[in-house]
Amino acid sequence: MPDMSPPPSTAPDPGAGAATVDLGALGLDGGAHLLLDHALAPLPPGTRLVVKGRDPALAVHLRVWARARGHRVDPSSDGKLVVVRGSANDDRWRDAARAGDARAATATRADARWGLAARGALIESGGPAPRFDLDDHDVVWADIAPQLYAQALAGQWDPATSIPWDAATDLSPEVEAAVVQVMTYLIENEQAALTVPARFLGRVHPHFREIVQLLAVQVADEARHVEVFTRRARLHGDTLGVSGAGGRASLQSLLDEPDFTLALFLLSVLGEGSFLNLLAFLERHAPDPVTAAIAHLVLQDEARHVAYGLAHVELAVRADPSLRASLQMAIERRHDALRDTAGLNQAVHDALTVLAAGAWEPDAIAAGVTRVRTLEAEMDEGRRRRLARLGYSTDDAAALSALHTRNFM
Amino acid sequence: MADDTTLVMGAVAYDPKVVTIWDGFRRWFADQDFDFDYVLYSNYERQVEDLVAGRIHAAWNSPLAWVRSVRLAAASGTEARALTMRDTDCDLTSVIVVRADTPYQSVADLRGATIATGAVDSPQATLIPLLLLEDAGLDPGADATIRRYDVGVGLHGDHVGGEREAARALTNGDVEAACMIDANHLQFTNEVTLPAGATRIIGQTPPYDHCNMTVTTAGPTDALARFGDLLRAMDYGDAAVRPLLDLEGLRQWVPGRTIGYAQLERAVDETAFYDDAGHVTAAEYRP
Repeated sequence: MPDMSPPPSTAPDPGAGAATVDLGALGLDGGAHLLLDHALAPLPPGTRLVVKGRDPALAVHLRVWARARGHRVDPSSDGKLVVVRGSANDDRWRDAARAGDARAATATRADARWGLAARGALIESGGPAPRFDLDDHDVVWADIAPQLYAQALAGQWDPATSIPWDAATDLSPEVEAAVVQVMTYLIENEQAALTVPARFLGRVHPHFREIVQLLAVQVADEARHVEVFTRRARLHGDTLGVSGAGGRASLQSLLDEPDFTLALFLLSVLGEGSFLNLLAFLERHAPDPVTAAIAHLVLQDEARHVAYGLAHVELAVRADPSLRASLQMAIERRHDALRDTAGLNQAVHDALTVLAAGAWEPDAIAAGVTRVRTLEAEMDEGRRRRLARLGYSTDDAAALSALHTRNFM
Repeated sequence: MADDTTLVMGAVAYDPKVVTIWDGFRRWFADQDFDFDYVLYSNYERQVEDLVAGRIHAAWNSPLAWVRSVRLAAASGTEARALTMRDTDCDLTSVIVVRADTPYQSVADLRGATIATGAVDSPQATLIPLLLLEDAGLDPGADATIRRYDVGVGLHGDHVGGEREAARALTNGDVEAACMIDANHLQFTNEVTLPAGATRIIGQTPPYDHCNMTVTTAGPTDALARFGDLLRAMDYGDAAVRPLLDLEGLRQWVPGRTIGYAQLERAVDETAFYDDAGHVTAAEYRP
């Protein structure tokens, strides 16, 4: 019959100073592995660890545990339980690397292998390398992002309690219909403003945590905006306004822009930038307190979106000045694509006039027309100011602003 | 017959992960410029017969399949060899477990008791631990009632189901003792199939060895040598193979040894599981 005696031990006898761990009554079915791992961790492979303990199954379970973890129990230790440390754990982490610096986002590119891991985590080699194609610092970053995120969190508001839904309104049917039409228009615009960052959100490498957070809260902002505009539209009836083909074509062109920086430029710098004026206009001329409160709150959120978009594009242009030509082409391309569409629906334009008029009377309507003209001039002025901040000359900024979609967003 | 250039190994499909493991290893072998393929069997008996008939070059064998390979090979004029094995195949033990609140202190106390085992063909939960009864002077079946839990018959105990049912029978009070491999005693306690502190080990077998990569002296010598060398060269630090090694339950392939199968040889003879020529002679065995 084959020899069944255990193989001879090659490890030295545990000397007086041999490492020892006392597990007390703790068994390997109750967490003793934590004490064993802790005791073995500082020892080099091949070192012996004397294990003491009172669990009746310890001798059986220690062999099982050691075998499964690449250690072994020395069979020739005269009744003593001695674990000889293996190297499996060291081998597992041999090629591990940190997923960047926990303190700050990398200045260059995030490694695909870092994947979903926390920034600064120790990454075991061999995991998946998911494709987050927005992985370049210059392409996604804005220094202001962490600050904007903090502001966004502090500025979250609850539609249920922040808006005086029960406030008395006594609008004429014509003015109420105008408010409903404006809300109908705002809903589809905010739906676009939700979808664009949501699409990019899943493409930003998680290493740029602050950007992911900011985009996520931006999406949440827009979801809330869609909610409050919808609620105002249906406050006194369930019939919403119209949605023109030209307006939706304009929004579609935002969704179709595949480049992150160009999309942020068109959406946040130009579109939401124009909306800052629109929302201020709505707050100022709202015929009812609910509409005024909504416009006030939404304006605060949109100001953050514009700030991030502008800061991001500014940084990107600074890193690559040739980007300015691409931005210009994006505006021109969008303008050409929308050349044969109506742009802002006449019904929306008229609704803004009636809303600003506040009453269905000739004098009031005349005032409304003036106010909408002022709004359009303010929007143009705002766009030119932001374009100048991106380094465009006064003339170029004026020309580009004029090409911006008639749909405002 | 396998062709001349591809080394073909058999493995038993006791779990879907077997495909993941050997597909992964096959890709790794290809990266090492080694032409390897595998075939899957539903049970070990046909795998062993195909190994000895030369239809495959290597068989990833259970210990019981190793015992049969030795006998079948000898009967056909060749010799079975253990090319390599997992580090975790060496020096396993099985235990006999009772409920902690029962009076049994040793295996000899189990006279008249009902003892749960794994499947009829499980080395670790039936064949080897029942030797402990004999060594304690008990004739299994005569001096104690053996209640077998035949789950995954033909898989030689690879399927954990039989052992788990035996453990549940112990917890439920259906039996007085249960046989299982040492690792499953810890696992069943951790997964609360056996409540913590509710069982006591009253017997432990001497160490024995488990699976090995069986080849025969009739196989392609050079290719088999390279096969063994490559398996043993797999490095747990290498991210390409580490997940596969984890799935297969090892840290390192070690040189095959045959010193650890004596208990099982004895159990096979005493239960007439196989005859000397490797024929299946176990009465209640239908793989």
